[in-house]
Amino acid sequence: MTTPLIEATALSKHFEVGGGGLFGLRKPATLKAVDEVSFTIKAGETLGLVGESGCGKSTLGRLLLRLIEPTSGRVAFDGNEITGIGRMEMRGFRRSMQIIFQDPYGALNPRMSVEDIIAEPLLIHGARMNAETRGKVAQMLEKVGLPARALDRFPHEFSGGQRQRIGIARALVLHPRLIVCDEAVSALDVSVQAQIVNLLQDLQREMGLTYLFIAHDLSVVRHISDRVAVMYLGKMVEVADKATIYAAPLHPYTQALIAAVPAQHPAQRSRGKRQRIVGDIPSALNPPSGCRFHTRCPHVMPVCRETAPPLRTTAPGHQVACHLIDP
Amino acid sequence: MNLLDVSGLTTAFMTGRGEVNAIEDVSFSLKEGEILGIVGESGSGKSVTALTIMDLLPKPPARVAAGEVTFNGERLTGLSDRQMQQVRGPGISMIFQEPMTSLNPVFSIGDQIMETIAAHERLSQADLRRRAITMLDKVGIPSASRRLDDYPHQMSGGQRQRVMIAMALACNPKLLIADEPTTALDVTIQAQILDLLMDLRDEFGMGVIIITHNMGVIAETADRVLVMYAGRVIEEAPVATIFDRPMHPYTRGLLECVPSLTEDKPRLVAIPGTLPEPARRPPGCRFGPRCAHALPSCAAAIPPLETLEPAHAAACFRAKELAPA
Repeated sequence: MTTPLIEATALSKHFEVGGGGLFGLRKPATLKAVDEVSFTIKAGETLGLVGESGCGKSTLGRLLLRLIEPTSGRVAFDGNEITGIGRMEMRGFRRSMQIIFQDPYGALNPRMSVEDIIAEPLLIHGARMNAETRGKVAQMLEKVGLPARALDRFPHEFSGGQRQRIGIARALVLHPRLIVCDEAVSALDVSVQAQIVNLLQDLQREMGLTYLFIAHDLSVVRHISDRVAVMYLGKMVEVADKATIYAAPLHPYTQALIAAVPAQHPAQRSRGKRQRIVGDIPSALNPPSGCRFHTRCPHVMPVCRETAPPLRTTAPGHQVACHLIDP
Repeated sequence: MNLLDVSGLTTAFMTGRGEVNAIEDVSFSLKEGEILGIVGESGSGKSVTALTIMDLLPKPPARVAAGEVTFNGERLTGLSDRQMQQVRGPGISMIFQEPMTSLNPVFSIGDQIMETIAAHERLSQADLRRRAITMLDKVGIPSASRRLDDYPHQMSGGQRQRVMIAMALACNPKLLIADEPTTALDVTIQAQILDLLMDLRDEFGMGVIIITHNMGVIAETADRVLVMYAGRVIEEAPVATIFDRPMHPYTRGLLECVPSLTEDKPRLVAIPGTLPEPARRPPGCRFGPRCAHALPSCAAAIPPLETLEPAHAAACFRAKELAPA
């Protein structure tokens, strides 16, 4: 078996929140944003990561790149452990791991020209602003479908879709191997979203990229991913290849999530026909005991309230964390 | 009689580049108990249409440059602020996208619902409280009598949107306008809120306008659909017709560029280019520069919204010729 490009093992991130108060008397609470999550992504593959707000998917993406430090657990990139290594050594890996953010308005410095924005990663990694660097920037700009005259313009002169193209060029200029796309198309109008999804797929083929594609839109995730992972309140609840997870999801939360996606034709209206999960997502500060989904699960059993189900393999490539499923 | 008639509505804004029409020549009608979906991307004018009907735009910079709104037989255009206040609430009510910012953080939700009712009806404090509890109950807030004294920050996003709906329906409006009511919500909560809106429509029989950028929300809720692009209505039809036989190339594009939840598509059919800003709209058909079927003549004049078959209208010079046989 080949080494996966990225491997996370029992990765956790806990935040201390709400401490302090008068004389520091208030005890901080622990928010388990990501709790013992393990998974792998193969080179050239796209893993979709879905879940509702507060499930920890963005935190997980940042942990992979060590943009935030994990509380415990390990991350290995191409077989090399990157948790715990020094800053200079990490910088070597950073070239190979980049991120594209959701907000095309907030992610670009308004005072920098497009050329400076795209050149910045090269300069950080030792290049000088010379003809070679300018050549690389111009080439990248063309790759993402922007005209050369965009180089000396500023972010405010571009539409949301064009800004996202600039963000993609900045992420790809170092020729990285892994890209974390954190809600990279969520803020765009649908007609523009399709352009950016197509661009990401073209670039993946052309440059042999591996994607962690974080999004809440299940149909976009289905389109772009090879495999899909589902998170709920910091835990991974199901992982499978996309055909399996959309056609035959095993975890009740995955089932509910897919059933909640609006119909694509009025003849398939879901009201009164599909099972709805009731209630809201509980607070991550005070998650339910046992299985975290038990408060909303239509199939809850006594054991679910006491013991958290581990993520178990039910079929090759299919993992589920649910007491209903016998391994 | 129609519950709402909008005809030739044009709303202009004074900007640094002179006066710009945010919406132009918007016409449609709505019957009691009907759900009309207005769909469009950013800058299409769907929210400005709603705010013009509600007379909630600041004037200046906004100005109703042409057209009129008739609600329940009464002409709303030209009413004084005082008269309009009597229409908002018991007549037309509105909910917004952001349940976080639409509620006042320093008043309990009960106070806010009771304030709305008290503005239109003379009721005792006890009766107001009872009405507020009934409304919270109707929108599915559990243990409503206890939650009445909660503040907005004690509720989740989905619950806040339920409170907004309770407030909007507290005076029994004949028309509810919901502007992107589920855009800020997670998908499981979105499904609950859409179900709730449909249930309440069935119970109270009010007309509903749902404004959204999401074709899925339209498919789930609407009876009839208005598609807007760059400030103009470009297609109108019953919901099944919009999905089965769209006539305008933009409507077709909107439907094709959404990935499927069940089928594999090798590549998405994207619409090239970007949405024009209101001050930089192209001459003639606004969709022309992005349209695969545009002819030079499309830039010469704005195509009118033409009824091409019963209850189905589109604003495209080539609609008939391009329609699938």
